[in-house]
Amino acid sequence: MQARFTRFIAALALAGLSGLVQAQTLKVVMHSDIKVLDPLVSSQYIVRNHGHMVWDQLVAFDEKNEVRPQMASRWTVSPDKLVYTFVLRDGLEWHDGTPVTSEDCIASIKRFVQRDPSGLRLAPSIAGFDAVDAKTFRLKLKEPYALVLETLAKPSLSPMLIMPKRVAESPASEPIGPEKVIGSGPFIFKADEWKPGEKVVYVRNPKYKPRSEPPSGFAGGKVAMVERIEWLAIPDAQTAVSALTRGEVDMVEIVPTDLLPLVEKDKAITVLPFSSGQYFGRMNWAFPPFDNVKVRQAAMVALNQEQILKGVIGDPRYYKVCKSMYFCGSQLATDAGSAGFYQGDAKRAQQMLKDAGYDGTPVVIPYPTDLPTLAPLGPLAKQQLERAGFKVQLAPMDWQSMGPRLRKKEKAADGGWSFFMSFYDARDALDPIGRTVLNTNCKTSFLGWPCDDKFEFLRDAYTRADTPEAKRDIARQVQERNTEVGVFVPLGEARFVGAMNRKLEYTFKAPITVFWGLKKS
Amino acid sequence: MLSFILRRVLAVIPVLLIVAMLVFGLLRMVPGDPAAVIAGDAATNEQVRDIRERLGLEKPIPVQFAIWLGRLVQGDLGQSFFFKKPVADLIAQRFEPTLALGVCALVLAVSVAVPLGVLAAFRQGSWVDRLVMGLSVMGFSLPLFVLGYLLVYIFAVELEWLPVQGYARIAEGFWPFIERLILPSVALSVGYIALIARITRTSVLEVLNEDYIRTARAKGLTDREVLVRHALRNAAVPILTIIGIGLAVLIGGAVVTESVFAIPGLGRLTVEAVLSRDFPVIQALILLFSCGYLLVNLLIDIGYAFLDPRIRY
Amino acid sequence: MPSSTPESATEPLDRVPGLPSPPGTHAAPVSIWRRVLRNRAVMVGGLILMVMLLIALLAPWLGTVDPTEIDAASRNRKPGAEITLTGADGESREHTAWFGTDNLGRDLYSRVLYGTRVSLTVGFTVSVIAISIGLVIGLVAGFARRLDGPVMRLMDGLMAIPGILLAIALVAVWGGGLTTVILAIVVPDVPRVVRLVRSVVLSVREEPYVEAAISVGAPTIMLLMRHVLPNTLAPLIVQGTFLCASAMLSEAALSFLGMGIPPEIPSWGNIIAEGRSLFRIHPHNIFYPGLFLALTVLAVNVLGDGLRDTLDPKMSRRL
Repeated sequence: MQARFTRFIAALALAGLSGLVQAQTLKVVMHSDIKVLDPLVSSQYIVRNHGHMVWDQLVAFDEKNEVRPQMASRWTVSPDKLVYTFVLRDGLEWHDGTPVTSEDCIASIKRFVQRDPSGLRLAPSIAGFDAVDAKTFRLKLKEPYALVLETLAKPSLSPMLIMPKRVAESPASEPIGPEKVIGSGPFIFKADEWKPGEKVVYVRNPKYKPRSEPPSGFAGGKVAMVERIEWLAIPDAQTAVSALTRGEVDMVEIVPTDLLPLVEKDKAITVLPFSSGQYFGRMNWAFPPFDNVKVRQAAMVALNQEQILKGVIGDPRYYKVCKSMYFCGSQLATDAGSAGFYQGDAKRAQQMLKDAGYDGTPVVIPYPTDLPTLAPLGPLAKQQLERAGFKVQLAPMDWQSMGPRLRKKEKAADGGWSFFMSFYDARDALDPIGRTVLNTNCKTSFLGWPCDDKFEFLRDAYTRADTPEAKRDIARQVQERNTEVGVFVPLGEARFVGAMNRKLEYTFKAPITVFWGLKKS
Repeated sequence: MLSFILRRVLAVIPVLLIVAMLVFGLLRMVPGDPAAVIAGDAATNEQVRDIRERLGLEKPIPVQFAIWLGRLVQGDLGQSFFFKKPVADLIAQRFEPTLALGVCALVLAVSVAVPLGVLAAFRQGSWVDRLVMGLSVMGFSLPLFVLGYLLVYIFAVELEWLPVQGYARIAEGFWPFIERLILPSVALSVGYIALIARITRTSVLEVLNEDYIRTARAKGLTDREVLVRHALRNAAVPILTIIGIGLAVLIGGAVVTESVFAIPGLGRLTVEAVLSRDFPVIQALILLFSCGYLLVNLLIDIGYAFLDPRIRY
Repeated sequence: MPSSTPESATEPLDRVPGLPSPPGTHAAPVSIWRRVLRNRAVMVGGLILMVMLLIALLAPWLGTVDPTEIDAASRNRKPGAEITLTGADGESREHTAWFGTDNLGRDLYSRVLYGTRVSLTVGFTVSVIAISIGLVIGLVAGFARRLDGPVMRLMDGLMAIPGILLAIALVAVWGGGLTTVILAIVVPDVPRVVRLVRSVVLSVREEPYVEAAISVGAPTIMLLMRHVLPNTLAPLIVQGTFLCASAMLSEAALSFLGMGIPPEIPSWGNIIAEGRSLFRIHPHNIFYPGLFLALTVLAVNVLGDGLRDTLDPKMSRRL
């Protein structure tokens, strides 16, 4: 009798608890499915978001873009600026229970600088590391490097995350597998519940010790306020939105602007801008027609940001013409050198083409037909370039085929390319260093193979500029040089908007789609 | 009889081998290097080549085929290039939704179409007949995804009778499982219903026009007895044929249906695998589908042998 | 999408369609064609197809503009809206978008009318090519006993792979484009045609008068032309119409999955595929091309029914 009663109560309690857990489960439709789990080896934003769930940073940017301690409790810099000493906070643990040590930090930094563009710039200046004790370590430089902390705080593409030593010692050439997704972050990745193509499951890390300050940007206290988060893969945007309005999911990370009218009027749903991005174009310097700098300039004059943004986004609330190669509104944004460009001045571009001696070689533009955020760019650019007198051929393909196609260093007619477009998250578009495409080193540049010593020289100088004024000045020069030679074609900014059930609420201003500080009532 | 079955089973093996070779060869011709995709944008060409080595893609194609075949025979389907999970796991995870969808659509199709076809045959020339024929032609003229969207719009969004998307495993409860399958099964079965109804009608008509039926009716046999004793028996062969052939069509339709209704099944897995050039997954899946198709047709052939003693050789 | 005559390798010979009646009892050819044209299904289906064909041919003169002309300012307009198109020379002109515009401001009416060309081309070419290739292979398999086994195994293998997956893989190999999509749809359809032709050849061979002809040393070519080909004609025509219908639907499905004809060349399939993300807000993107597609496919199917009923009554009792 007693046993049965106990079991009954237990069952009731379990039901009640699961009901509670259900209320604490978040079902989210992210903008893409996740295949690769390694934020360092993948350049996809979904993997970056996944990275921030599971791992934590040594130091991080707050919302004012200042570097703050995160896993580190403090750091000191030697007077000659050659030694950085970091001390870790107490009680940091990996998800499998082992403590976080300075060896882990050193291994993670070593892996990072082999692969990430900002890391690669830091690497030559590194003399070595010292693990002073389990909580303290030193980074030693050969010469002063102004951006050490900025590099270590890098939040996006690729984020500088601290991983366990055995994970960080995996080669940086290949992504890690699901069994190695072990971090010290606010959420735990449930490898056993991962169903590729269907859902990814994270649960709250009960042992995570958030910092005491309020969250700000990527810094501060990252408090996980929900028990369980499921990222569901629903490839059809319409279906995702319908699921949201019916309450079958709680959040849709990115709602195409055209579908917003479906949710804007719904009283149970909040619309909020999750991230901003910068569209850009990239010309292939290695082969005609863009091996001629004057032809490149003509293209930059022929392209029309306003028309492109209107065509891709539509609603003017969610796009902004910005001729700077740095995200407008950020510290380095400037108009320098961009007068007359990106305005769709077809007549002027026609004249420039004639003067450049353009011989009619077609501009081949590969573009992804399966990504609604990028697909319209192809036809839009084609029309603008054609109006300026270019001959244009579109090469439609799926997104996965774009990568290998862009790697091919051949003439366009032999399977290469002349021009492609993509976009960067705003956080990646802040300086002349973080983006791979800004590398103009004649030996190591790729995806367009630009080669300009002056541009590289200026980028290098930026890494040594130690005052904000010096940084701004150099950044301005970089942009002026850009319109002279055509390394990077900014095509405007867009805000990506998501929608969530009113039961959800962010307790702070989230920098990207993060899941700490988000509560569900 | 047994030797007939055995011979038919053995005949399947060379076909499967051909399928395997076709798919294997085709994939290695596809541009888009999976190693490059795995390595990511910032990888150097050496890193890409290293990954190709590790994946075994640098070996000559016949060697790769032999290795794959060898592992296959031992039951090892290989590992997905991307997910770093065994292919067998991925397939097992996605198998249930597609099977459920296919079975539901099949059951729905047969149970609706056969009676319709019979009805049309018995009422040949009447408005019922014309309606059935007309509707069935329309049924396989409409694109599947348009139909799918229409159904979602009407029943899930406007009327809110059924959920919009998703799949619930049967282990989690029968009703959630069924309610999510209703719309996709209906969409998928429409074309199938059209086809089966027509075949049923024609076959039954053929039987009804036979002399012996006229004799039987003259002797006083009722419609019902005609139907059960003769029409269905003789019409069974072509009906089974169309079910077998329609299976390939059903799988194709499942691919589209799974995309519209966000069902995590094998159809979508195949499309994703093709798009990401995940060779082991594609190879395993196509082999699986082919196996299924051949198996079903084998069963149908055996069914013929039972139904029609003339067909045995 | 059902595409063809159901065939099975185990089909008894007396159920083979198209089996010729004994010599001497042939009806005069003239009255067959008259019967064909009088058949109601053929008339209705044929009429609709004629209209579509006219639309395809006369598209530039039916009040259309360049279907690829983008105008970002006119995107997503409702049917009947007045839009202002700014041409390459900077000049603007007024235009009524009878079917509305798509998400890049392209006039949907123009795209649908020009799309008629593409969709009809796809349907027709797939049908013709599949039939031709299937005919050749089927004849070879039927006549050359030694090749029969391997060829039919190959065909079985091809048939075992679900058509749409094979098509997707082929488009991935050959890249997207009108010709590659056509070929990708052709390949999975060929085995069925081969089966059909082969069964006709096999059944004709068994005929006593053919055996007699062979025994007196009649050349194969003559047998082909005199006896085999005429008997394949009727079933192949019918098969062809169904292939045409299914090809148009397959093209739409391929576009839906992102592996179809690139959008610069508008086809009903890719117009629907592009517009599907806006289905609930701007349904005209799907409605108009969907209507044209369904109507045309219906017409082709109805035509096929009528042809089958008149050309080959025995076959109609099978289907």
